[in-house]
Amino acid sequence: MAVFASRKLAPPVITAESKTFFDAARQGRLLIPICTACDRAHWYPRVICPFCASDKVEWREASGKGTIYTFSVMRRVKEPYIIAHVTLAEGPTMLTNIVGCDADDVRIGQAVAVVFQDADTGVPVPMFKPA
Amino acid sequence: MTVRGKAYIAGIFEHPTRLAPDKTVAQLHAEVALGALADAGLTRDDVDGYFCSGDAPGPGPVSMAEYMNLHLRHMDSTEIGGASYIALAAHAAEAIALGKCDVALVTLAGRPRSEGMATGTAPRPRDPNQPEAPWEAPYAITTANGYAMCAMRHMYEYGTTSEQLAWVKVAASHHAQHNPHAMLPKVVTVEDVLNSPLIADPLHRLDCCVISDGGGAIVLVRPEIAKTLKRPPVKIIGTGEAVKHLTGGTFNLTTSGAWRAGPIAFAEAGVTPADIKYASIYDSFTITVIMQLEDLGFCAKGAGGKFVADGNLISGVGKLPFNTDGGGLCNNHPANRGSMTKVLEAVRQLRGEAHPAVQVKNCDLALAQGTGFQLATRHGSATMIMERE
Repeated sequence: MAVFASRKLAPPVITAESKTFFDAARQGRLLIPICTACDRAHWYPRVICPFCASDKVEWREASGKGTIYTFSVMRRVKEPYIIAHVTLAEGPTMLTNIVGCDADDVRIGQAVAVVFQDADTGVPVPMFKPA
Repeated sequence: MTVRGKAYIAGIFEHPTRLAPDKTVAQLHAEVALGALADAGLTRDDVDGYFCSGDAPGPGPVSMAEYMNLHLRHMDSTEIGGASYIALAAHAAEAIALGKCDVALVTLAGRPRSEGMATGTAPRPRDPNQPEAPWEAPYAITTANGYAMCAMRHMYEYGTTSEQLAWVKVAASHHAQHNPHAMLPKVVTVEDVLNSPLIADPLHRLDCCVISDGGGAIVLVRPEIAKTLKRPPVKIIGTGEAVKHLTGGTFNLTTSGAWRAGPIAFAEAGVTPADIKYASIYDSFTITVIMQLEDLGFCAKGAGGKFVADGNLISGVGKLPFNTDGGGLCNNHPANRGSMTKVLEAVRQLRGEAHPAVQVKNCDLALAQGTGFQLATRHGSATMIMERE
């Protein structure tokens, strides 16, 4: 079953904690927050490190590579799509969609790479396709 | 300090409606409140503590306190989704133990069916100030596909099968056939579940709970008051609660918050899973039951699929009778929140007032377990262990 790439995406909320990320996304760059106090990356991004509570969190460019931790094909809707958690090469696991493939070929453990898809407002959001 | 033995469930009521287009949500709350008070042999004027959650219209308990004309000295509006009513009953027991109130009322009501909410397959609106909003809204996580992701990972790690998931529904349907109010009273087979349409892989339509209107209420009292009442007293002996979330992006989706809430409740009660005669387990989906049974210690992590297979959850057949009212999978799911009805059926079992075809013999110890919000991201969990006097 093909997955529709045209699904209308709810726009991400641009906040003081998300603006830098989505500005970089417009340039096709995937950023990830890394705490310089404990040297750990986290997801979802926040200015206070969830692991050590330090505010020494910086944005770094991520490799855009990951593996599928789990997924589900949403079938009983007009435009089927694939929800997934993808574990990034940098460590944390993020909620996303899998696109650009046949839904019946998706597997847990599969290698994927980031692609950006525009939401309703033209803001690009990171999704993943088989690498 | 413990709640063990400090509070009793004196009254319960489950609204018989499953579709209520001609009633308001406030009215349903009031009807279940009066029903539970009548069951207890108490009146509205006896209530001095009120406990409600996000389904109660208005801010916290304020609007409903006015609608019902309650005069309160204690209140609580903890919101952990479908798990709220077990947590609220626990908080009511705590308040009674501390002398903050004598007669506590807990209510739940809602009309998602009348209001046409596509609750399982459409993303729910969320507050843009929720910190996860920018990172989740575009991806359309819904109730169904979130829980489905947990099922998918559970299958991958432990070899759980769709047939095993289906057994949870089959057991619930065996119980629902005896409940005249159940929305889906027909007994189904494993094949029926597997042949129903896929909603979100690997969950089929019959792996999902019903959407219903309705509600329920619980009245809790001090032991001294319980002794003066006529209904069989049900004692709260252990409670636990937890929130499980994504922990900065390092998580395991095959475990629910019951992993923490359950052991807290068992420790307080001084009993083990092997002692439990009947269990009400929140069944938003079949996978929800399997994961919570494992997390509560009824079987080893990963063995839940084997544990539920072959009718092990069917009263009179298996080792652990569960959801003898038909549960959310077959009976009802008022306000899309399942833990109220879980307490109600556990109390019926302890009173010996479940349907004779599903009543567990010598049922002196029961557990109710709830999960609220999204199993695949962040959810509340609450456990309550109750004993017949």
